[in-house]
Amino acid sequence: MSEDASIKKFMFVNRKAPYGTIYALESLEVVLITAAFDQDVSLAFLDDGVYQLKKGQQTKGIDTKNFSPTYRALEGYDIEKLYVEKESMEARGLTEDDLLVDVTVMGRKELGELMAEQNVVLSF
Amino acid sequence: MLHIINKSPYENNSLDSCVRVAQSGDILLIEDAVYAAVGGAAEKQVSEAMKQFKIHVLQSDLEARGIADKVIAGINKVDYAGFVDLVAKNDSCQSWL
Repeated sequence: MSEDASIKKFMFVNRKAPYGTIYALESLEVVLITAAFDQDVSLAFLDDGVYQLKKGQQTKGIDTKNFSPTYRALEGYDIEKLYVEKESMEARGLTEDDLLVDVTVMGRKELGELMAEQNVVLSF
Repeated sequence: MLHIINKSPYENNSLDSCVRVAQSGDILLIEDAVYAAVGGAAEKQVSEAMKQFKIHVLQSDLEARGIADKVIAGINKVDYAGFVDLVAKNDSCQSWL
């Protein structure tokens, strides 16, 4: 079908902590743009990227926009595939309960296989 | 001397280098370095550093990242005024970029 051919699998690979650099926020902006084009979007969080999903972020004290509630709004844009690499999460002393949104936690091998299936991978 | 670290211990070796080279003094963790002040794989490294250094962490950066309730015992939380006090108290400071 011609419609299917216009849909690509996009994966956003998030590896940076929020606030220290602009990468996490920029990724989120591009994710929302991509979703507007009805693409098959997934987000992967590994290394310090896992910190983007930490519950309880309060940014008043650093005069920066708290963009973490946006991750919970992604569902409304039909972005429901959020993957967290298990090894990265555990190395940072975090569990699934520490995360502010429902995610699929998977091992690095499984995540790597998922990456290999994508048409487009964007790294932040 | 006051040593200021602003990078995550999981992404950068600033904290490692500081602890390896410097002998004593104050270490202040700010920005993404505050992740070193909470539990996780970096905890052992920080506990080791606490034997030589007094370790401080910036409260606002902890709160921004949702980890203010997880700080390792013995690390001193400071606000911006406390940051200034540390700078004033020390003869010199070094930012490990």
